[in-house]
Amino acid sequence: MLTILFDGIAYGLLLFILAVGLSITLGLMNFINLAHGAFAMAGGYITVVMVNRLGLSFFWSLPAAFIITAALGAFLERTLYVRLYDKSHLDQVLFSLGLIFMSVAAVDYFMGANQQIVNLPPSLDGRLQLFGASIGYYRLFVIILCSLLTIALQLVLTKTRFGSQLRASVDDQRVARGLGIDVSRIFALTFAMGSGLAGLGGALATPFFNIDPTFPLKYMIYFLIVIAVGGTTTIIGPFFSALLLGVADIAGKYYVPAIGGFIIYTIMVAVLIFRPQGLFGRVTSR
Amino acid sequence: MTSVIADTPIASAGPGAHLVARARWRWPEVLLWLFAIALIWIAPSRYLLFNEIAILALLALSIDLVLGYAGIVTLGQGAFFGLGAYTAGLMAKHGMGTFPWSDPVLGLIGAALVAGFIGFLSSFLVLRGSDLTRLMVTLGVALIVQELGNKLEWITGGADGLQGVLPAPILGLFDFDIYGRNAYLYSLCTLFVLFVIARALVNSPFGLSLRAIKGNVTRARAIGIPVERRLVVIYTVGAAYAGIAGALLAQTTQFVSLDVLSFERSADALLILVFGGVGTLYGALIGAIAFKAMYDVLASATPEYWGFWLGLALVLLVLFARGGIMGLLRALQERFARPRAERT
Amino acid sequence: MLRRHALMGLAGAALAFGFCGSALAEDTVKIGLILPMTGPSASTGREIEAAVKLYMQQNGDKVAGKKIEVITRDDTGQADITKRLAQELVVNDKVAVIAGFGLTPLALAAGPIATQAKVPAVIMAAGTSMIVDQSPFFVRTSFTLPQNTTPMAEWAAKNGIKKVVTLVSDYGPGIDAEKAFKDKFTADGGQVLDSLRAPLRNPEFAPFLQKAKDLKPDALFLFVPSGFGASLMKQVSERQFKEAGIQVIGTGDVLDDEQLNGMGDVVLGMITSMNYSAAHDSPENKKYVADFEKANPNMRPNFMSVGGYDGIGLIYKALEKTGGDTTGTKLLDAMKGLSWTSPRGPISIDPDTRDIVQNVYIRKAEKKDGQIYNIEFATIPNVKDPLHGKK
Repeated sequence: MLTILFDGIAYGLLLFILAVGLSITLGLMNFINLAHGAFAMAGGYITVVMVNRLGLSFFWSLPAAFIITAALGAFLERTLYVRLYDKSHLDQVLFSLGLIFMSVAAVDYFMGANQQIVNLPPSLDGRLQLFGASIGYYRLFVIILCSLLTIALQLVLTKTRFGSQLRASVDDQRVARGLGIDVSRIFALTFAMGSGLAGLGGALATPFFNIDPTFPLKYMIYFLIVIAVGGTTTIIGPFFSALLLGVADIAGKYYVPAIGGFIIYTIMVAVLIFRPQGLFGRVTSR
Repeated sequence: MTSVIADTPIASAGPGAHLVARARWRWPEVLLWLFAIALIWIAPSRYLLFNEIAILALLALSIDLVLGYAGIVTLGQGAFFGLGAYTAGLMAKHGMGTFPWSDPVLGLIGAALVAGFIGFLSSFLVLRGSDLTRLMVTLGVALIVQELGNKLEWITGGADGLQGVLPAPILGLFDFDIYGRNAYLYSLCTLFVLFVIARALVNSPFGLSLRAIKGNVTRARAIGIPVERRLVVIYTVGAAYAGIAGALLAQTTQFVSLDVLSFERSADALLILVFGGVGTLYGALIGAIAFKAMYDVLASATPEYWGFWLGLALVLLVLFARGGIMGLLRALQERFARPRAERT
Repeated sequence: MLRRHALMGLAGAALAFGFCGSALAEDTVKIGLILPMTGPSASTGREIEAAVKLYMQQNGDKVAGKKIEVITRDDTGQADITKRLAQELVVNDKVAVIAGFGLTPLALAAGPIATQAKVPAVIMAAGTSMIVDQSPFFVRTSFTLPQNTTPMAEWAAKNGIKKVVTLVSDYGPGIDAEKAFKDKFTADGGQVLDSLRAPLRNPEFAPFLQKAKDLKPDALFLFVPSGFGASLMKQVSERQFKEAGIQVIGTGDVLDDEQLNGMGDVVLGMITSMNYSAAHDSPENKKYVADFEKANPNMRPNFMSVGGYDGIGLIYKALEKTGGDTTGTKLLDAMKGLSWTSPRGPISIDPDTRDIVQNVYIRKAEKKDGQIYNIEFATIPNVKDPLHGKK
């Protein structure tokens, strides 16, 4: 029982780190970036290259995945994404689908179509018994790291000047601009941060699920579910929705395996019917 | 998108005349259809490819009705396509190749009814909410249908697919031959009939009210358009169209497998529509032709990396050529037409 | 513009077929190879294509005085495209044999074409038993899932395993494996505590594995299709079945040679049954593996590749037997009953079912020369597909 809860929380937190960047960019820029998963994939492959090809430690690959994908995100935001903010949602969907296709084929070309496997460092391999629950070290590590990141993220958003500028821009871009906030700088920084977190999430997910070029398509639906259920105006929403989905998914499959596959889709559709703005979203006038 | 579907200016006639003018057939349209028929003699060895194009075009057309005219962003049209395919497949299978169940035309009608009914039910889910919500709901419904297709193995054959789909001869006369000639003609005729209906639909007052909704929901409601009812109707019609496309696939390939429900098919059809041009009806047809032609050229060279070129084309399209092929054609036409107009 | 271009291309192609088809028909034998080269099953297609190329490189492209030409087409894993390609290859390219078929529905879609056109269709990968019953022109050189699963159940029952939990992917082949294992294992006196099915698409196996572990069986039986094994095994190791005294067994699909080495030490000790291991100890296989790895660096031949290798081999041998006659029924008759020594060991084509008869090996994942291999330690000779036997 506790083990299932624990596994669910680890899974949910991982989903949260993967999806939070998408949530912020969607809330801030009203931009549907389906290619978010491509950044996560980039992070995963950075880990593959650093650990398997260069023989570096897994722990070093985590910050590297964050920094490199953040830089990549910033670059793409300035060169490509910035041209699409004022376009329709359909255009954004198509544009980001195009980016996904390109990234999938490019990774296939450079890294091969095979699944790439990153093995856990020995220090994270194993389990410990705690309060009758059997806990994997790596899942524990994921939980601790993701929790710390969430707290840090929340602090950045609420306590720093950047955070208040960001919140102001999300609330009302025009007024924020009028107050002298450099909204496009905020956009770029936020986009980079979101991409970086996705990259880090991808790096963390790789030892669990391995990685192959179809990653962005496979996981796109999970990110979108987290966002759709959690709403896009806060990071608390996606946080709880990711946890909810992680735990519901795992517990559902444990207790009622026959319908396990339907659970998250059903939750999503149900939430969207009754609260189209998401479980934790605010009704906005926009 | 509005610039693409911008109407030819009508000086002072009333709305009735406007509609009549729009509904008039123009010679490029006639040429296109003649060309499609002529393909039977021009390239007799590629019937099957043309058949595939006709089916894809019909699926893209169904998306055009929903997206191009009513503005509902959908990633789940594949669900209706698959429902139609399974309905027609099961009818043909259990009819054992005889009238009435195995009759292809009745199969199309059955597929349209089933897909339309499920479309009607799920249309209430897409009425509310933003683009993102709609995207997610349509995708979610498609995923649930796909999972059901896998689970209900005793009906659908599960991952092995549905075998023994043997439709009766078309209208009791024409058998589905191995060269696929009758199959292509059959799909083409179906596409043509449905296209004519769609064309009449979007050029009717009903079609105009859809555009009003797409343009501005609040304003449409203010001038007395029953927004919800209109959206339900068009979404249902779109679902029925997609169902018929699926039925055509099941009947002409005489096989149904789970991949009729796949997300990739929905995405492909959406891309086809966008390549061709959204909100033009012909975009669906031209997009399907261009897409398959592009695939034939690019994928035969490097099948593994076809996705890269497809993605690049999409990105460039969004950045530089919104409106797709139809948009480009229209721009060309305007460029040629303008000097003449200025001279006179 | 594009339209006219496409049209001209098509017309040109049609003309080319018209002229060349008849001119070359005399001394060229065309073989249509339909494989998923893109999409989720791409690795299957690439292994088979590599093996087919290797065979032709080793044996030359001439048989019985005729030149062999293989036309490879990508069906992206979609059944309707497989069907169209099969039809086009038969009608336009006049191929003598169609071959490939990465997945069961893909093979089934092409079946009616083979029947109608009387062209032999060689199944190089798809593994559901009943495929060969669907057309009298199907011949299989891969394996069937029950063929590989039943020996595992037999071995488990004989080696002190009493209680088993099965965990399979929730789709056709997975359910076949589950059933084949359960039938044989309970018939031999064992007990299946629970049969778990994990959604194919879902990467998170934790809840299923936890449930399996909580049931405290003697062994956990696994089946997932090739390509999903790595993430499953990682999570199996994370749950510490070995430490809990639960033996992990399965079919060789889980420990696909292509990925095995990358899975790491977590797989060591796992026992699987399969028709082929890259570590099979025979001179034929040593040469095969060496040549394959030389031609395709960074690729290890797996059970899919050997299906392709023997599939093209079967076509060569049948052509030799008919003296280059490409009539469909004659080729088919020539294929029936053929037997030879493949890299996987002795194999033959059952003349009644047109299905493959082959040895199935029980293997243990071990380290050899710093690499992980499935080392065979028991052989069940000449296994026929058990489901056909019942009919």
